Amino acid sequence: MTTKKLSALALLVAFMVGVQLTTHVTGTSYYLTQLTMTIYSCLLIIGLCLVMGYAGQISLGHAGFFAIGGYISAALTTFNFRPALEGGSSWVELLNTTGLFTSRTSMFGEPLLSVQPWIACLLAVSLTALIALLIGIPVLKLKGHYLAMATLGFGIIIFRIVLAMEIFGEADGISDVPGFTLLPGLTVNGNLDNRVVNYYIAAAFLISGFALLLNLIDSRVGRALRAIHGAEDAADAMGIDTARYKLYTFVLSAVFAAVAGVLLTHYSGGISPSDAGVMKSVRYVAIVAIGGMASLWGALTMGGLLNFLSLRGLFGSYDDAVFGAILIIIMLFAPEGVLRLKLWCKLKGHKEEG
Amino acid sequence: MALLKVDNLHKHFGGLHAVNGVSFEVQKGTIKAVIGPNGAGKTTLFNLICGALPADSGTVAFAGRPILGMKPYQIAAAGISRTFQNIKMFPGMTALENVMVGLHTKSQAGFWAGMLHLPASRREEKKIRTRAYELLELLEITQFADIEARSLAFGQQRAVEFARALASDPPLLLLDEPAAGLNIYETAEVARLICKIQQQGITVLLVEHDMSLVMDISDEIVVLSFGQHIAEGTPREIQHNQEVIQIYLGE
Amino acid sequence: MTLELFSQYIFAGITYGIIYAIVAIGFNIIYNTTGIINFAQGEFVMLGGMTAISFNHYLPLPLAIICAVLVTMLIGALIEIAFIRWLESPSVLRMIIITIGLSIIIREMALHVWGDSVRALPYFSGNVVSSITIMGASISPQVLWVLAVCSLMVILLSLFFKFTSLGKEMQACAANRLAATLCGINAKNMVTFSFMLSAALGAVAGCVVSPITSSQYDMGTGLAIKGFTVAVLGGLGNSMAAVAAGLLLGIIEAFSIAVGFPLAFQDAIAISLLLLILFVRPHGLFGNKEAARLKEF
Ligand SMILES: Nc1ncnc2c1ncn2[C@@H]1O[C@H](COP(=O)(O)OP(=O)(O)OP(=O)(O)O)[C@@H](O)[C@H]1O
Ligand SMILES: [Mg+2]
Repeated sequence: MTTKKLSALALLVAFMVGVQLTTHVTGTSYYLTQLTMTIYSCLLIIGLCLVMGYAGQISLGHAGFFAIGGYISAALTTFNFRPALEGGSSWVELLNTTGLFTSRTSMFGEPLLSVQPWIACLLAVSLTALIALLIGIPVLKLKGHYLAMATLGFGIIIFRIVLAMEIFGEADGISDVPGFTLLPGLTVNGNLDNRVVNYYIAAAFLISGFALLLNLIDSRVGRALRAIHGAEDAADAMGIDTARYKLYTFVLSAVFAAVAGVLLTHYSGGISPSDAGVMKSVRYVAIVAIGGMASLWGALTMGGLLNFLSLRGLFGSYDDAVFGAILIIIMLFAPEGVLRLKLWCKLKGHKEEG
Repeated sequence: MALLKVDNLHKHFGGLHAVNGVSFEVQKGTIKAVIGPNGAGKTTLFNLICGALPADSGTVAFAGRPILGMKPYQIAAAGISRTFQNIKMFPGMTALENVMVGLHTKSQAGFWAGMLHLPASRREEKKIRTRAYELLELLEITQFADIEARSLAFGQQRAVEFARALASDPPLLLLDEPAAGLNIYETAEVARLICKIQQQGITVLLVEHDMSLVMDISDEIVVLSFGQHIAEGTPREIQHNQEVIQIYLGE
Repeated sequence: MTLELFSQYIFAGITYGIIYAIVAIGFNIIYNTTGIINFAQGEFVMLGGMTAISFNHYLPLPLAIICAVLVTMLIGALIEIAFIRWLESPSVLRMIIITIGLSIIIREMALHVWGDSVRALPYFSGNVVSSITIMGASISPQVLWVLAVCSLMVILLSLFFKFTSLGKEMQACAANRLAATLCGINAKNMVTFSFMLSAALGAVAGCVVSPITSSQYDMGTGLAIKGFTVAVLGGLGNSMAAVAAGLLLGIIEAFSIAVGFPLAFQDAIAISLLLLILFVRPHGLFGNKEAARLKEF
């Protein structure tokens, strides 16, 4: 890691800590809940940024990956296996003895036996990765409109599935999702007295994810991805297995989305079909576009800002419309993203002269 | 044994027979030129050899091994490197980075190594950078190392493209119109470079319209017209071939 | 399955199918002149239906529909002039994102104007319960309206492209924009026309189906996906094949219900079909690879 990258990351850490301290000093700790949710969204967004900005593939289905992660973890940790155990199901008994299950009581005092969150999380994330791999193999052969529509179609199917299946709670989604104890003393949940800890857990996930991606784009693989994005046939001729690189990037970003989905679901205690909605996917794309497509820092900044404002309800009932308008305006006037608006104008002027 | 052997290669684009039963061989260590009028199918022939386009029928053997049907990246990894008629620099990358991409097949670091920035990948990265710099040195363009490749002059971009193609130490180099758009000084420079490359033991197959360049440097010439193999021989033979003269005068 | 039931499903299938086909043709018209897939195509259908319902409070039905179509056409033209016309060779990604943004804005505006209630135009003739028996199936007269109006639109459209000079100019632009411009055709105006035309088509379709399917502010996305499926099924740009593909999708959907496929997953059929087609035959079911390159209305 270069010193430049390190100091930038240190600045990010300082910023995160600064935000928490500010809320503490000003007595606005209630912001932390929305900040934590924002941070988890950012985790998804930087992953999408890698796919869109570096591998050059549009994905209108990333809310789908978020939902697969969140829903599977939620379903496993809330589904009650006790009746099955008492009914004498031998495999539940077997699994119970291996420690994959954990007992707790529901909100209504009913005894529950459900899957241990760590196991649920691992299953959810690996299943998401598997689905991304299987979907990615054919989908990433497509380009342009076809790719956009295919990923949109994937997103809609996931939305339909969670909406139609009983184990996913249909229109209500899943609630009463238990906390997720990462390590003793570190539990991802929505308890108010645990708010600061959860803010830092989220921040730690985001910063380490961000550092991994920063490293990646700065490596041989990152260079290859940029080459693919810039001139795919020339990248091919350099011996880069373009299909494989695109696929791995896609799967990697799906994993980021799934991790965000799992953690946010345990944090907020539930997940609902709107989290899988197409509008959510479009929003993520909008944020990556505003951040400048091929800019992890841009995506992070814009993801943090816009998600937080949106969660604060700043845009009121025009929330979706605001994101639509932002998308159009950015694409019309600053396709390189707002942070690079100036540079783009300069380059454009340059070209016209030359 | 011939390094590259093309046998009865065919390619249609709809009704157009762009490559029509072309066969020829390229001997190791030589410079061979493919010439022919515009639209003769020269670039298509290159694309077929590199796997960028699927052939309809025929065979291509490289070092005795059939390569038709392999993916472009596999063919590149097998040792055939190429440049493009309309130079294809990677946008947003410096000249040095462009050449570093050319070293892709010479390095291994994958996703994990890249994300975790493992010591092995850091060492490899350093090696890639040094080697890329050496290649720029070979082509005498180190002064452009940190300039965005797309903003360089045409001739300089050609040189970067050469360095990028040479980076993988290819036994065979395909050059598609390396002198296109260059002035006579730059063309002479390119001719010198190609000979320098040949002296390193690299076999060269090139497409070129500049006849003086072709006649100067090539050991052998293949002439294509409307996708068909018209003639083949040394520059002298081609210069005196009636059919070839006809094609060029008939234009 | 009895014959009556069978024809019942067939009619249901072609009613929906022809609407999908109209949306697909809307995609094709814009795609042919610009190379853009207009993700807001489904919103034109919604706008047509919703504005007609509003106009119908003050105007008789035929007049309300005409006004609705004109308004939608105007919106189509404005969209093109404001957001597309002045962009110079924008990338596909940029165009995708812009049209997606437009579809969101239109949908959200519709939500604020009309709310999220489900509305419908009155039946053009008869009412909900009136029915006609054809081949043993009892069907609503509105179904016949849908079939008649949509077939008429398809026929008029092909006549328009064959025999009017405007139609021929649009076709020339589709075949070769540069050559058309050199011949004195204003290619930019042709693009505006193509937006107006597909907006109008969508609006008419939105009006005729409204009594059967109802209209709602968010009906666009689903229709757009299905319309796109149909357009791809027929081979992007080929409108006659889109009609066949539309009917095919409509009938498949109808019979999937018949064999007990859960209604909630009905959309999944079209999407799975889309994914399947994209993976195995991206140039369409009816076209071949070479023909897919030739643009035809
Ligand atoms: N991808 C393609 N699809 C359809 N036709 C093509 C394609 N590529 C090339 N052609 C056609 O095939 C013929 C041969 O083209 P090619 O580019 O191989 O010619 P060339 O000999 O390289 O010409 P030039 O000297 O102009 O570079 C031309 O008529 C061209 O229009
Ligand atoms: Mg050529």
